[in-house]
Parts: sequence; structure tokens; C-alpha cells
Amino acid sequence: MAVDLSSAVTNSNNGRNPIAKKSESLTKDAFRRLMKNRAAVIGGVIIILLYLMMIFADKIAPFDYARQTLAEQNATPPWLTKIFPMMEPYAKAPADNPNKYILGADYVGRDLLSRIIYGSRVSLIIAIIGPLISLIIGVIYGSIAGFFGGRTDNIMMRLVDILYAFPSLLFTILLMTFFRSSLSKPVPGSFGAMLSALDTSLGGMLFIFIGIGMTAWQTMARLTRGQVLSIKEKEFVEAARSVGSSDLRIMFRHILPNIIGPLVVNETLAIPGYINTEAFLSFIGLGVNPPTPSWGSMISDGSKVVRTYPNQTVFPALMLALTMFAFNFLGDGLRDALDPQMRGKS
Amino acid sequence: MGRYIARRLLYMLLVIIVVSIITFGLMHAVPGGPFDKEKPLPKEIIANLEKRYHLDQPLPVQYLNYLKDLTIPRFSKTKFPNTIDDDALFKFKIGGIYVNWVNFGPSYSSRSRTVNDMLRDQLPISIQLGFLAFCIAILIGMPLGILGALKQNTWVDYLSMTLAIFGVSVPVIVLGPILIWIFGVSTKLLPVTGWGSKPPFNLGFLPTGLGWDYWKYAIMPMFALGLSSSASIARLTRASVLQTIREDYIRTARAKGLRERAVVIKHALKNSLIPVVTILGPMFAALLTGTFVTETIFGIPGMGRYFVNSITNRDYPVIMGTVLIYAMFLVFCNLIVDLIYGLLDPRIRYD
Repeated sequence: MAVDLSSAVTNSNNGRNPIAKKSESLTKDAFRRLMKNRAAVIGGVIIILLYLMMIFADKIAPFDYARQTLAEQNATPPWLTKIFPMMEPYAKAPADNPNKYILGADYVGRDLLSRIIYGSRVSLIIAIIGPLISLIIGVIYGSIAGFFGGRTDNIMMRLVDILYAFPSLLFTILLMTFFRSSLSKPVPGSFGAMLSALDTSLGGMLFIFIGIGMTAWQTMARLTRGQVLSIKEKEFVEAARSVGSSDLRIMFRHILPNIIGPLVVNETLAIPGYINTEAFLSFIGLGVNPPTPSWGSMISDGSKVVRTYPNQTVFPALMLALTMFAFNFLGDGLRDALDPQMRGKS
Repeated sequence: MGRYIARRLLYMLLVIIVVSIITFGLMHAVPGGPFDKEKPLPKEIIANLEKRYHLDQPLPVQYLNYLKDLTIPRFSKTKFPNTIDDDALFKFKIGGIYVNWVNFGPSYSSRSRTVNDMLRDQLPISIQLGFLAFCIAILIGMPLGILGALKQNTWVDYLSMTLAIFGVSVPVIVLGPILIWIFGVSTKLLPVTGWGSKPPFNLGFLPTGLGWDYWKYAIMPMFALGLSSSASIARLTRASVLQTIREDYIRTARAKGLRERAVVIKHALKNSLIPVVTILGPMFAALLTGTFVTETIFGIPGMGRYFVNSITNRDYPVIMGTVLIYAMFLVFCNLIVDLIYGLLDPRIRYD
């Protein structure tokens, strides 16, 4: 009977499946609206450029990020002294080529521009990994709680409530110290040693990802649970159940595709938060291992000499702000484009 | 109502206990002790120090002792001696009996001070900073959001929302050094580090004076901390007001001939406040923890610096004390939000 019905519909629509057409046009519709949002497009373009810069860092950067020239510490090119006249008494340009370091050099004579370019790695990777960890843990956790309900739901969500009562920044700091010190001298051959080796090879990024991911998923779990609860009583879920679909199939084929949109948008809006947390951790010295550059640790180093060499703080700070702008603009645009209430208006 | 609050308080207590157990476990799982120095101390001295602070006892015993010190008041007919062990957050005298209540324990890294001293001297500064930033967030954020919603799709709206996105995108560690550089270093208008109020504080946490000497220290940090929250409040307020003014009862209010001002203030604003109030609780708690960052940047003698140092020093009582106090703030803020909720929306019942 169902086959007859669908073929009847198909025929009446010149052989095209109306449902497929509709869903395609919805995505297209959202995309069109996103493209019309100038701020979002600018944000998107900046993000693409930033990622290109990150990928080709070793080709763009004039120097290696760890290359020190102690004789040229705090080197300042002439154009900077023109903009910041108060730097005059302290500024000295390298003798062989005054513009050798376009943005200047830091307190051990490392090129600022190269460090800013390489420093984008941590921020831009956390912008991908943070949402990913939070989505994977949060969606699985939240959908199990929402789908099975009852006592399972109660216990699982109470746990989330308790984790919520942890001041998350304090918890992250505590976790980071735990990782940094307990896994710094691990038993050879153990799981901890593997993690530690991986972390060292990534310049200390792995533990940042774990530390941030472990505190980020609770919001996502709550959201997912709410969405699953609201959708699992719908007729199409009941229909799937009545034809004998398994719990897993209902979950992945029928419920998840319907709720994933708002969850992803929500995570996009959370990205600046992850970037901010990483920058702060590096700022207080719990982030990446030196000499791996991170904008946060560069701001921290620079703010110690802000009176004499403001360029060492201002440029990494501007890059951090620019990145967060771009993600905020894009996230906002995405939300507006996918928001069903906005659909069909303007 | 009373039953609801009682139940919530009981639940809060449970949450705090679980938080304390997790923190206690986590910090003792970190290898290294509070007395490991760059140049190692002789074994006997470490053993004596550990005995002095009861660190030689099994962990569960240590934990229970900590809880006991924290919750059970001590009574004495004579005045308590002025030693680290006999310190407490609240010391008072009832009917000739001296009472000491809530002892957060000693600090291992600064031997002459206790965590109680820290909470008395440093926490008020963090609370003041957090509260000022909170005020900034509300005073800038709400008007901006309301204005944006009432003048939707005009230049006012675009300007306020662009400002909001800028605000969200500039974190404290970016804004802080830039403010310091502009107002502290270049123009020398404001002092770069420090705080304008010293203990003892009025009522335990209020600043002793509110003159320029106080504000000149407070202005930069409170803006640096509050601005990004004001931006999120602005966005939320705008969205919420926009949703409310499309409701039927607003149309009714207009239809019966109410003036626009009355419609907006009496009908739209009050109802659109509910979602905004929801985030105020977590936001206040976040601002309080956010003071950690701000204090580091502006050299403010609040809790922040002590917490970060205490972790690297394995100063167990300081870590426990800070996490517990902030967790309490967090759950308490959430309770208050839920109560205000009921005031704004009488449909919400508490049982």
C-alpha cells in the first residue's frame, strides 16, 4: 500500500520525489540566507584565510618559531617606532637589516610574526577539536539519557548537575595540573606514557584538548536530552517502532538527524569560548609547552613588557580578537540562517 | 515555597559534598607534595611537616577531619589561642562562651596565614570586582538589547548588535593589556596595578571608601571583565524582547489603546526578562571565576593569584577552600535565579 501511495505521489510530480526536493531546497534556502548575510560571509572568508595560514605556516613564516637570536632581543623595526613614539628610547633595529623582523622580535630575539603565524595552530585546532569532543560525548550521553528515560535519565542527569556545580575554569585548571604533573614521569609502556609522548610531540596540545573537552560536554548533553525527549514521542518514531526497528536504528536513523542541526549551531556559537579558554590556560602557563607558540602565552610574555614594547602584546591580542570575531560572525549567521522562525522572512 | 527551598538546600549540600570529594581525590592524585622544593628538604623534616599538618594519616581520615573542621563549631570557656590550628572564619562570643566556626585550615605555602585569612582578606576583593563587572554587564547589556529590539532593523539595531559581537569577541586577556597600555602607560590616567580598598572591609566584604581612590583602580578591571558579559546579555535581551512583542497580549494591549511606552514597559519588558534572568545566575558565578584572569592581568590582590599558585604548590587546603567557596556561589546563584523566576512568572510553581 505504501509503495502504491509513494509512486502515485511521484507520478503526480513529474517523476521527482517531493520530499527529497523539499529537503534540498531547505538546505539551499539556508545557504542562500547565509550568503546574503555580509558579516557571516566576511567571517567565513577570514576563517578560511586563517586556516590556510595555519596549514602553510612553514611556507609563509619568515623564520622558525623557535629560532632565537639573543643579540637581537626586543628588536623593533623603524615603522613601529613611528606609530608608538614612546618606544623610541628602548627601540633598536637589527644592524644588518632594520626591517628584518616585520613586527619586531620578543625578549629572546624570536620573530614575532612567525610566532603569531605558528601560534594560530593551537587556537584553530581547538576550534575544531573542542566542538567535536563536546558533540561526541554530549550527544551520546544526552541521547542515552533522553531516550531511555526513567531512572537511567535521572541518575545520568544528576551527574551532569553535579559537574555543573564545578566552577568550570577552576576544574579545567585542576585537570591541567593533574595531566601536566602526574603524566610527566609516567611508567614506561603504560597508557599514560603513550598519552604523554603524544602530548609532547604535539607541543602540549593534547592535554589542552582533553582538559577543555572534559568540561565542555555537559551543556551539550542537556540540550540533546531535551531535544530527544521532545522528539521521541512523535508519530514517525512510533511508526518506526511499530515496524520493528531496533532502539539503535531509531536513535541514529530517525531521531539524531532531526536534532543535529540546532546542536551543531549551538556548538559553532561555543567555539570562541574554547579559543578563549585555551588562550587563558596558556596565559597562566598551563597551556602549550614552550617554545611552542600560542597567542595566549605570547600575550602573557608581552604584557610583562607592555610599558616598553607594546607591540609584543598588541599583535597577538589583535589576532586572537580577529579570530574570535570571525567565529562569532559566522556562528551568528549560521544560527539566523537555520532558525526556523526566520524562515520565509526577508 | 518553604518546602521547595528546603529541598533545594538539601540538594545543594549533597552537590557540594560530591564536589569536595572529587576535588579532594583529584588533588591528592596529583603526585608531589606541598613540601617538595627545587632543593629537596631532608626526609625527616618533610616527615615532621607532614605530621604537623596531619598529612601522614590515611586519606579518608584526612577528608573527614577536614569536613569536621569545616562544619562543626568549637566551644571554649577561655579565649582560643591565636594559633593556626585554632583559627576560624567566624569567631564570636555567646553568653561567655567563645565559639569558633568554619575552619578552612592552614595554608602550607605561607605558614603565618590560614585559608580563613585569605577568605577574609582576598575573597572580598574578588567579590567586589565580580559584582562591579556584573553591574557593568547589566547596565550596558540590557539597554543595548532593548534598544536593538525596539528599533529592529534600523541603524540603531545594527550598531548595538555589532557592538555586542565586538564585545563578545574581545576576551579579558586581550582587552586587559590594551586598556593598560592606553590608560595606564600612554596617558597615565589610571594606575596599572593594585586595588583601592584594603582589609578590614565593612561588613566583611564591602569597600571601605568609594572615592576616586577606589574607582581609579576599579574602572579598568571592571570594564575588562564585564564587557563581554554585557554583550551576551545584549544579544539575549534583544532576542527575548523580539519574541515577546510578537505575542498576542501585546497586540491586545496596543488594541485597547495603551500608549506605546506603557506597552513596552509594563507588558513586553517584564515578560521578556525571564530568559535573561536565567543566565544572570551562571553569569555572576562565571564573572566571579573570571576575576581570576582579570586579577592576574591587573595585579589585583584577590583570590585568583592565590588559587593558581596554590595548585602548583600543592597547597591542598587553599585548593579545597577556593573550589568549595566558588561551587557554593554557583549553586546558590542558581537557587536565587529559580526563585526570581517565580516572581516574574506566576505560572511557575515550586512543588
